[in-house]
Amino acid sequence: MAKIEIPMPQLGESLTEGTIIKWNKKVGDTIKKDETLLEISTDKVDSEIPSSTSGVVSKIYFEEGKTVPIKTIIAEIETDASNVSQKDIPQKKEEVKQVETKIEIEKPISVSSPVQKLEKPQPGRFYSPLVLNIARTENISMSELEQIAGTGENGRVSKKDILAYVEAKKHGKVSSTISSSLSTQKIETTLKHVDSGELIKKYPQPQYEILQMSNVLQKMAEHMVKSVQTSPHVQAIHTCDFTEIAKFREINAIEFEKQEGFKLTFMPFIANAIVQALKEFPIVNSSVEGDKIILKKFINLGIAVASEQGLIVPVIKNAEEKNFLGIARNINDLALKTRTKKLQMSDIENGTFTISNYGVFGNIIGMPIINQPQVAILGTGAIKKQPVVINDAIAIRSISYFTLSFDHRIIDGAIGGQFLMSVIRNIENFNFKNAI
Amino acid sequence: MKTLTYIEAISEALWEEMERDKNVFLLGEDIGKYGGAFKVTKGFHEHFGEERVIDTVLAENAIIGAATGAAMMGMRPIAEIQFADFVSNGFNQLVNNSAKIFWRCNIPVPMVVRLPSGGGIHGGPYHSINPEAWFFHIPGLKLVAPSTPYDAKGLLKSAIRDNNPILYFESKFLYRRIKGEVPTNDYTVEIGKADIKRNGNDISIITYGTGVHWSLEAAKILEEENIDVEVLDLRSLIPIDKEAIFSSVKKTGKILIVHEDTLTGGIGGEIAALISDNCFEFLDAPIKRIASPDTPIPFAPTLEDHFLPNTKKVLSALKSLAKY
Repeated sequence: MAKIEIPMPQLGESLTEGTIIKWNKKVGDTIKKDETLLEISTDKVDSEIPSSTSGVVSKIYFEEGKTVPIKTIIAEIETDASNVSQKDIPQKKEEVKQVETKIEIEKPISVSSPVQKLEKPQPGRFYSPLVLNIARTENISMSELEQIAGTGENGRVSKKDILAYVEAKKHGKVSSTISSSLSTQKIETTLKHVDSGELIKKYPQPQYEILQMSNVLQKMAEHMVKSVQTSPHVQAIHTCDFTEIAKFREINAIEFEKQEGFKLTFMPFIANAIVQALKEFPIVNSSVEGDKIILKKFINLGIAVASEQGLIVPVIKNAEEKNFLGIARNINDLALKTRTKKLQMSDIENGTFTISNYGVFGNIIGMPIINQPQVAILGTGAIKKQPVVINDAIAIRSISYFTLSFDHRIIDGAIGGQFLMSVIRNIENFNFKNAI
Repeated sequence: MKTLTYIEAISEALWEEMERDKNVFLLGEDIGKYGGAFKVTKGFHEHFGEERVIDTVLAENAIIGAATGAAMMGMRPIAEIQFADFVSNGFNQLVNNSAKIFWRCNIPVPMVVRLPSGGGIHGGPYHSINPEAWFFHIPGLKLVAPSTPYDAKGLLKSAIRDNNPILYFESKFLYRRIKGEVPTNDYTVEIGKADIKRNGNDISIITYGTGVHWSLEAAKILEEENIDVEVLDLRSLIPIDKEAIFSSVKKTGKILIVHEDTLTGGIGGEIAALISDNCFEFLDAPIKRIASPDTPIPFAPTLEDHFLPNTKKVLSALKSLAKY
C-alpha cells in the first residue's frame, strides 16, 4: 500500500493556477489509471485530469470552485493492488458514459434547423431523377447531396427532403458557410445560477435571473477590454471570390475524403493564403512591447472557435513550414481535439495571428477584436452567391466578405489594406496543383 | 343545378341530343319497347318513335356496321352494345371500317358506341369486361370514360356532336351508385381534357372510370396521415391529355396509375411510358400501377371482390409510394 499525492497540474507554461470545476471521484471511490479524477479550468481552457495511478481516493484537499496554485497537492490516492483489481471491472460502464459526455460539445446541425445533415456523406446512395434534377437547378453539389439525411426508404433522399434542404438553405439555416471543421453549429454555454448574495435583492426573481460568469467568460471579458484599450482597431473590408475553390472542392470532395479520411473545407485555403501573406508582410506577424516591435520568425495561426466552454483559439503551430495538405491535416487534428475536449495548453498558446470565422453562423461582415498580443485578426463571413460585375458582365459568384482588424499603433492603412488584398489574391488565384 | 345518378345523366344526354338534332338516333338490342337492359332508354321509344329508337337483331357486327353506314350518310347514330364484352363481335366493323373510312375516303363517321363496361356487379366473365385497351391501339377512334354524372352527360353530348367514331365506356357499376350535380342548362365536356378531381402535392393518381372513386376514397383516408394525394381523372383516353398528366407528374414526382382493366397491355403501361419519355427527370419514385390481375374475371362474388382493384389496394400502393 502506498500513498500517491496528486498536485494541481501545470496546463501551460504561462499558467500559475487552476480552478477545480468538478471532482469526478469522492473520498473512498476507487479509480483506475487514466480515469478522470477531476476537471480543471484555467483562463484558457477546461481540461479533464486523468488519474496517474489506480487506487482509492483517500483525501481531497480542495473543494469545487477553489483556485489553487500549480503543484499544490490537491488529493491523495492510496494504491492497493488486491483491493483495486477486484473493483476494477464494474468501472468499465462508467468509462463508456464518460466518453459519451465528452462528445457533447458538438451539437448536430439539426438543433437549429429541421434539416438533418449526415455526419458522414453517403456516396453510392440512389438518387431519383427528380432529386438530381432539383440538385442541379438549385446548385447543390453531389458532395452536398450526399450529406442530406433522407427520410425515404433505405435513407433515400426524397423530393421533400431535398426541397426542405433547399428551403432551409435559402433561409440561411444551412448556408454554405466557410465551414471549418472546427466550428460547432450551436453553442449552448451552461452557466451556473446564482441564488444568493447582494445582487439577488437588487434583481429579484422571477423578473431577473443571475448567472455566474465562468472562468473562461471572465477571462474573455478581461482580454477583450484590454485589447480594445491597448490597440487602436482599424478595419479594412473586401470581398473574396471563392467560386473557383468551391468548384474545386466539389469535384475533389469524395476523392479527398477517401484519401485523407476527413472532409475538405474552405478553412485550409484561407489559412494557407494567410500564411503566404504573412510571409510577404512580416510586420503583421508581430507584437508590441513598449516602443519595440517583436517580429516573429514563425507563424502560429489561431482559428477562433465558439465552443460550449466559450471562445477557444486552437493554433496551427509553425504553419510557415506546412504545405496546403499539412495545414488541412493540422486543422482537422485540432477540430478532433476540440470536439473530444482533448486540447492541451500547448494547442492553444503562442498564436501569432488569428482567424475569426463568424461565417459559420451565416453572418457576412464582422468587426473582430484583436487577440492580444497579436496585431491583426482576419474575420471571414459566410460564402454566399452574389451578382458580381466581371468584365462589364454580371456573373453569379460565391462571395465572402473578409474583414481585417489591425493595430494602428504599428500597422497603417496602407500595410493593412495591402495585406488583406494579398490574402484575397492568394485565395482567388490558388494554385490547385499544390493542393492535393 | 340538379342531382342525377350516373345513369340518369346518360339518359338525359341522349334525350336532349335527340331533341336538339333530328339526325341523332339510337340502335341496339332491346333498347326500344323494353327500354334497354339497364333501362337507359326507358320511354324513348314512346317519345321518339321506332324509327329513331331501333331494336336490332342480336348481332353487334350488324349494329356497328349499320351505325357506320348511317354516319357516312350524315346521320348521328348512337349504338348501344348491351354489355361491352359483346363489342368483340363488332370488332372488324369498328377497327376496319368506322376507324378508317375518314382516313381512306375523307367521309366523316360521326357515331357513338355506348359500352356498359366493368365488373363489380357479379356478372361473371362474359358480362364484366373493360375493353378499352383493345381500341386504345386503333388510330381513328376516340375513347372516353366518364366517372361522374357531370362528365357522363357532358362527354356524351360532346361525343354525339363530334365528327369522329367515339367509343363511350360507361361504368355499369356506377350507374345507380353515385349521384352528382349536373347543370340544368345545356353544357358539354371537352373531349381530350382530363380533370383534376382532387388537388394534391405528394402523389398523383392517374385514373379514369371506377378508379376515380377508389382513388378519391383512398386520398381522403390519407389526409389524416398528412399525405396529399392528387387525383387526375383522364375522362378521355384517346386523345389522352398529355399536358395534364405531365403537369401533375411535375408537381408531385410520384405516380400511381389505377384502372379496373387487367394489368398487362392495359393503358396504364402506355401512360407510364409517356411519363418516362417526357418527365423522367421529374420522377421521385418508380411509376406504380394498380389494375386487375391477368385472368378472366371470376363469377363467384368473393373471388370477384378479390380480383377487382379497390380502395384498400389503392391505399396500400399510395402508402408504399409515400414511404419510398
